Amino acid sequence: MSRLCVGSSHAYKVRISIKTALGNQAYVWNDNEMYLFRAAMAFALRSYHNGQEFNVSNIMVCNETPRVSFWFVVSSPENSSVLLKKGDVENAIRKSRNRINGAFLLTDQTLEFIDIPPTLAAPVMPVTPPWLIVFGVVMGAVGAGIIFLLVSSLVQSKRKKNKKTLDEDREDMRGIENGLGCDNLGGVYNTTFSDGDKFTPM
Amino acid sequence: MKLVLPNPGLDQRIPNHEDLDRMEKEEVDDRPKWDNKAQYILTCVGFCIGLGNVWRFPYLCQSHGGGAFLIPFLILLVLEGMPLLLMEFAIGQRIRKGSVGVWRAINPYLTGIGIASMLVSYLITLYYNTIIAWIMWYLFNSFQDPLPWTQCPLNENRTGYVPECQQSSTMDYYFYRVTLNSSASIADSGGLHWPIILCLLAAWTVICICCIRGISTSGKAVYVTAILPYIVLAIFLIRGLTLRGSLSGIKFLFTPDLNELINPATWLDAGAQVFYSFGLAWGGLISFSSYNSVHNNCMQDAVILSAVTAVTSVYAAAVTYTIIGFRATEKYDACISENIRTLLNTFELPEGNITTSNYDEAFNRLNSSHPDTILQLDIEICNMHKLLSEGVEGTGLAFIVFTEAITKMPGSPAWAVLFFAMLLCLGLSTLFGSMEGVVVPLKDLGVFPKKWPHEAVMGITCIVSFILTLLFALQSGIYWVTLFDDFAGSVPLLAIGLVEMIAVVYIYGADRFNEDIRFMIGRKPNIFWQVTWRVISPLIILVILVFYLVTQAQEELTHLVWDPDSEEFPSLSSVPYPSWINIIIFLLAGVPSLTIPVYALCRLIFVSCKKTR
Repeated sequence: MSRLCVGSSHAYKVRISIKTALGNQAYVWNDNEMYLFRAAMAFALRSYHNGQEFNVSNIMVCNETPRVSFWFVVSSPENSSVLLKKGDVENAIRKSRNRINGAFLLTDQTLEFIDIPPTLAAPVMPVTPPWLIVFGVVMGAVGAGIIFLLVSSLVQSKRKKNKKTLDEDREDMRGIENGLGCDNLGGVYNTTFSDGDKFTPM
Repeated sequence: MKLVLPNPGLDQRIPNHEDLDRMEKEEVDDRPKWDNKAQYILTCVGFCIGLGNVWRFPYLCQSHGGGAFLIPFLILLVLEGMPLLLMEFAIGQRIRKGSVGVWRAINPYLTGIGIASMLVSYLITLYYNTIIAWIMWYLFNSFQDPLPWTQCPLNENRTGYVPECQQSSTMDYYFYRVTLNSSASIADSGGLHWPIILCLLAAWTVICICCIRGISTSGKAVYVTAILPYIVLAIFLIRGLTLRGSLSGIKFLFTPDLNELINPATWLDAGAQVFYSFGLAWGGLISFSSYNSVHNNCMQDAVILSAVTAVTSVYAAAVTYTIIGFRATEKYDACISENIRTLLNTFELPEGNITTSNYDEAFNRLNSSHPDTILQLDIEICNMHKLLSEGVEGTGLAFIVFTEAITKMPGSPAWAVLFFAMLLCLGLSTLFGSMEGVVVPLKDLGVFPKKWPHEAVMGITCIVSFILTLLFALQSGIYWVTLFDDFAGSVPLLAIGLVEMIAVVYIYGADRFNEDIRFMIGRKPNIFWQVTWRVISPLIILVILVFYLVTQAQEELTHLVWDPDSEEFPSLSSVPYPSWINIIIFLLAGVPSLTIPVYALCRLIFVSCKKTR
């Protein structure tokens, strides 16, 4: 049987890294743990092949090393000399992978079945990409700012224009008394009383 | 020294000292003014301190002998940077116009210098704002946990990751594929990548609103954009020093290798770095100092700004290398752990048999007993030195190395937000200066009608620039950015800087310039400034320019591309440029530089045609 166990087309290699997974709380790997493993395998095969009653005796382990790695083969419950093909075993294991991992407090990376790729969890992606939300907030703030600045500059320029026309009117009003402009009277503008400081101050 | 070229009509073109005093008192002209001195200093500091200080200076420092690089850097800062800086400040404050106005006033034939400055500023603004758009993309994406660049997408049957991500890293994949969707060479344009278009839109609108009224809006914005980077750098310094392995980074950075001082490339790189990091020849500094009062002490400003730039460069380098040291230590530990795992698995040894402390002796023991097996395993040699020096320049530093380091810190989204906000502020404050160096010359040249308000001019400029930068939103965008960075921001600036110095010293007249400075600040510049202005600084710039042209002409033009199908993947592979790139390079580097003589020539022909008629 050991001839068929290692490296054949029916056998799987398992590698367990308890210390990496659990650190200080690592448990020791002993025969009881091995029994649990064989029981977990039997459970996985039972759930996959509905009806066939796999037992712990159908799971045969060999070549255990201090690394904690070993090979195992699965024999059919009806005929113990017939070994299950790799494909069936693989599907069974993949289906119940989480349960098997949970039984040993390990993960896909620390309880490795060589040649069985783990089913990876999809990356976390929220429904609305958050960056669009931030983008919208920033654009909204900037847009509001631009509109505010443009409106305020328009209001300022209108106010300045009003002030300018008011000043112009006042300028025009200076020479108009009784509704008559100075120029219309035909007189000469007497600069002595003007308020321009062009001349030498006293 | 009375070596001055004849310059008739100079007095008619510029206001004399009495006029300047009178204008100052009456506040006649409607030129914008700084609210206070702090605003002016902060704007200049923000302009000078940009992305280059964070991702170019630390790389140069480390690759040219660590602490020893500071010696050529500081020497050339004093001999080359400070004189040119004072010259630009003083000439702007004296003639009180933007860059085109100043050179036109000195001599109408020299208007080409102002136009060249404007062109260079514009080309740099275009690609710089694209980098801002990338930073904004990362900033927007930092508001989630886990950060999107920590995960690879899965392949179809969910048994593994997408091969491109698997072979490189999640950070590389996120930058080159998700953010940019980069093609395999600059010739392969691909289509437009819409996330980048949206980020470009955001970047241009932010610039528009900050600069919309000139320095009255940008002057307020710099209170944030110039001060925030210092605060964030301090936070990162404290965080960085508490991380494991940070001191190995700092030691690596500052370990002096005095042999590098003999290498001429070190001095050339130091000179070029001083030149670019001061924003000289962009035209922005001339514009900014023209808004000052006439008697502002520009000599003090120049010295202060030089000191601040030097200190900030070293400060940013220290912070950068604490983070790089941390990342390198993490990667080294991961490498050793991986090797240990491989050895344990192959030799079926129990866990804990080989640890990081006895790794070397265990490895040697196994190697001597089973050399063939070890050879087959292809164990990677974990080299701390290599990890400390990889990928630490340019966009690679910010978007790949730093993002990786941030993912390893607890509370990564907060650190990512801080980091990218800092980069955004650094970039924005530089762009305020370069937009000033573009828009003011456009107004001086009369490109826009005089009665258009500043808001309209800025708005039109931003919209046109946004459309032009869609070039960088193509799948080959990153290669275009690198092309612009290599050619638009290098030779033209050196040429313009050289011509500026010669124009002020020998055409405007160094004696006249000294008198102007005595009028403005009360004393004549001392012998140090005289010697550097007349001889030393132009000579240094000329030497750098000549060496630069010579080395560029000799090299074959290649660019680094992200090509998943190449053999060197995940390293960037070196691919030659297509032949039509020479036209583009001529447009980027040649046209601004040649504007100076071409404009003078055209004006000469125009004037002589008018005379003969």
